[in-house]
Amino acid sequence: MSTRIPLVPENIKPLPSLKGNEGMLSWVSSVDHKQIGLMYLMSTLVFFIIGGLEALVIRIQLAQPEFDFISPEVYNQMFTMHGTTMIFFVVMPFLIGVGVYLVPLMIGARDMAFPRLNALSFWLVIFGGILLYYSFLTQSGPSEVGWFAYAPLSEKPFSLNKGPTYWALGLLAVGISSVSSGLNNIVTILTMRVKGMTMRRLPLFVWMILVTSFILIFVIPIIASAFAMMLLDRLLDATFFTPAHGGSAILWQHFFWGFGHPEVYILILPAFGIISEVIPVFSRKPIFGYSFVAGSTVAIGLLSVGVWAHHMFAVGLGNVANAYFSLASMLIAIPTGVKVLNWVATMWGGKIYFATPMLFATAFIIEFVMGGLTGVAIASAPINWVTTDTYFIVAHFHYVLFGGSLFAIFAGVYYWFPKFTGRMMSETLGKWHFWLTVVGFNMTFFIQHFLGVMGMPRRTYTYHDLPYWGSMNLLSTIGAFVLAISVIIFAWNIIWSLKHGKKAPDNPWNAWTLEWYTTSPPAVHNFNLVPPVRGRRPLWDLAHPDQLDEPNSKVV
Amino acid sequence: MANNKMLIGFFVASESIFFVMLILAYVNFHGTVTDGPTAANSLDPLRTGIFSLFLLASSFSMWLAGRSLVSKNHFMMKIWILVTIILGVLFIYGQASEWMGLIGQNITISRNVFGTTFFTLTGFHGFHVCVGLLMLTILLGLAMFGDFKGPKSDGVECISIYWHFVDGVWIVVYSVIYLWAFF
Repeated sequence: MSTRIPLVPENIKPLPSLKGNEGMLSWVSSVDHKQIGLMYLMSTLVFFIIGGLEALVIRIQLAQPEFDFISPEVYNQMFTMHGTTMIFFVVMPFLIGVGVYLVPLMIGARDMAFPRLNALSFWLVIFGGILLYYSFLTQSGPSEVGWFAYAPLSEKPFSLNKGPTYWALGLLAVGISSVSSGLNNIVTILTMRVKGMTMRRLPLFVWMILVTSFILIFVIPIIASAFAMMLLDRLLDATFFTPAHGGSAILWQHFFWGFGHPEVYILILPAFGIISEVIPVFSRKPIFGYSFVAGSTVAIGLLSVGVWAHHMFAVGLGNVANAYFSLASMLIAIPTGVKVLNWVATMWGGKIYFATPMLFATAFIIEFVMGGLTGVAIASAPINWVTTDTYFIVAHFHYVLFGGSLFAIFAGVYYWFPKFTGRMMSETLGKWHFWLTVVGFNMTFFIQHFLGVMGMPRRTYTYHDLPYWGSMNLLSTIGAFVLAISVIIFAWNIIWSLKHGKKAPDNPWNAWTLEWYTTSPPAVHNFNLVPPVRGRRPLWDLAHPDQLDEPNSKVV
Repeated sequence: MANNKMLIGFFVASESIFFVMLILAYVNFHGTVTDGPTAANSLDPLRTGIFSLFLLASSFSMWLAGRSLVSKNHFMMKIWILVTIILGVLFIYGQASEWMGLIGQNITISRNVFGTTFFTLTGFHGFHVCVGLLMLTILLGLAMFGDFKGPKSDGVECISIYWHFVDGVWIVVYSVIYLWAFF
């Protein structure tokens, strides 16, 4: 029985027109989600290189004991700008940007619900980045107070330079951008799905973006209000966070981490989404336990807002608070573990094809589990007390942010590049990039677990020549340079493939979600016709009408 | 199109978290000031209460504007939007004169934590009222040129939702700052 499934017309909505396809103006004035998505991705690559150079400066300074490659002030500026850039201007805008590009395609829509708001979100990120980096031009340079800007260090008597002011203003702009893109995503996903695309058939990437968007709109206001208070303190001599004048420095920590912990799920959930798309396609099996992957994400989203004070065990909040925050934080390991098991079960017995996206996705599982395990360890208050503010913490969050988010980002770039550009990326360069990343990453950060346990404090300009510290740090620095080479190969691969890459077919990976149905790159209007959605894998159903995922589903 | 109203609904939810944080900051420092100005010794709940009634009434008049829109009574809709703007301006006048009085007694944002939290919370609320007034003025201007014939308009309905939200926030702010200090 192989009857042709009739095509249903797209749910057409009137939209602002996209005048012309060429020239800079068509980009600057664009409200098209694909162009905006690509601008997000290109700008995050620029910020990624800047943030990476800052990391190299840090690692050179730490390459040997009592080194003075840079001054202590510049060192502080480097780690502050490195953390801020990587979190707010690389991982966040990348994941939002790839979401902006893919969500309308995956749900069969013409564009986002609010195309102009979408453009505003993007340009606010650029504006925020300019504000942040403008501080390099001020008299005493950018902020030196770290990415969490603890009060009272970030306050007036201690930081008289303009750095923290520009820092807060820049991040405020990014915060407004994140809330508006979160709102845009929620409305788009809830109202613009093509017929048949029920919530239970939504691609998991879209599910992750939806949950992330809810986290965004509910936790970014927390930090926006804290930034407003910090700016009032700094500019109008208010006293929110200055204990000397009756304020409370701990309040800043509560506000910051009230945002800061959910923020780490903002940085990882869309990455989970990328992995949940890549692994089934390259294992030639549908995802194992779809509803558990989606449901555990909702659980993570809910739990994420109740665990912030595990960043504050060293404050001394009392045994009851410490016990609660330890246990609540460990609870998050359960829904996260559910996902890991689902990915592994998807691969189990599948016909695995290790193209570059799958290599990164597989490595993601391993590196992320590593970071997750140290995460459970440091969620325990007593272990936290001995490891806090050491390189153990640095190793932990680089395993989840680099080994997790960034590996997924690389997987996503290799996976969707053919769709974005109409060209395949070079597999040879991709494999070089992958192996150098794995080697460089583990070389840089694995050793830092040991340095941390040995007591090396983070954020210190230099260290004494204690046994093995010099050689361990040197190894870490060499690893960072291996990573730098891998990033150069990655950037070269993008540039080379854009010009000389093999022409990509519409569906080079034989994937099943709707974005692969349209041309590569997609036409301005996305789809001529959207195929009927009769299950979680519309393109599979289209190709195998006699083996539908949901055999009893009707064409709507 | 339901999209616009859904957007403004989630936007208002997001904004409410922003105000919750400002209110938490106020609550956190409530009672920590031992000398110097506090809510109890420097605010006038009755006077502000009367000006608050203007804001409450403006929510009512905005609701009436929405009713006029539904019944396609274009003239009354413009009147009710105008009434809403006037009531909102009266509220802002009340807040401005209260602020001037306090600053005249050297009670400022930098005086102590009461000043810091009071001016921040009421200031951000007042800012939201001003943004609302700006939007209402644009709405009235467009209505003058013949827009919003009814029975439906996302513009009117969304700004109305925002205006009710700003009003609702003030009820909480007034309770926390003024009523808590005196009762």
